Amino acid sequence: MHRALTYRLLPTRRHVLASAAGIAASIVIQPASAAAGDLEVAIANYTGRAQVREGRVHLEIAQLVDNGNVVPITLTADSPMTAADHVKTFALFNEKNPQRDVVRFAMGPRAGKASITTRIRLASTQRLVAVAQMNDGSYWSHTVDVIVTVVACVEGEA
Amino acid sequence: MARTLIVIPPNAKRGQVIEIRATIGHPMETGFRPGDDGKTLPRNIIQTFTCEYNGELIFSADMYSAVSANPYLAFFTTATESGTLVLHWEGDNGFTQTETVRITVTA
Repeated sequence: MHRALTYRLLPTRRHVLASAAGIAASIVIQPASAAAGDLEVAIANYTGRAQVREGRVHLEIAQLVDNGNVVPITLTADSPMTAADHVKTFALFNEKNPQRDVVRFAMGPRAGKASITTRIRLASTQRLVAVAQMNDGSYWSHTVDVIVTVVACVEGEA
Repeated sequence: MARTLIVIPPNAKRGQVIEIRATIGHPMETGFRPGDDGKTLPRNIIQTFTCEYNGELIFSADMYSAVSANPYLAFFTTATESGTLVLHWEGDNGFTQTETVRITVTA
């Protein structure tokens, strides 16, 4: 009687392994895929689901970031910046900050040079995607992976 | 009034591409950070920046929480004629600031 009860209450080794594997899988896979999906949705919202091609835009950022609170970045595009061929907007997206959007810029042929520098925050080691919209409606992107050693947000420092 | 640091060449030749650099003192509180009491501090960021050259919009930026405190922006424009550059920041809690810089353009 007592023995039968124990058998029913305690999970078998097979059950333990199966459920442990299930939990591990859900922990490992879900956040990663959810974040990647977020990023794609954010970019699609910006481009209106237009095709985004690699190239013509360049995101300059240190590969190894010491301080995630102040990360200098430079966005440039391979464009003559003439009335016939110029960059209309730039947008920068991240993978793992609380929000996918980082910053957006709008400019025109009067800029003379498609280059913008600013400073951003990074909450962890992650992927950044810069997208540029040309005046002909085409979208170009550049993806960069960065390693962040001291992250923004966690320490409570601005 | 927040402190600003704006660097624009006072003189330029017509057609010359000049760099405009602007920093403004602002905490850019993200809205995701806990304060000393454990509650999330309310968001307080600058959301938009615009630059007008003699009344024509030449550059604008939409900023989100991921922009660092004391936002710094550096961008380019072509010097066309003498006049004014108006830099304007707008943010949460009714924050607005406008700075005007004169530029002399010679042929």
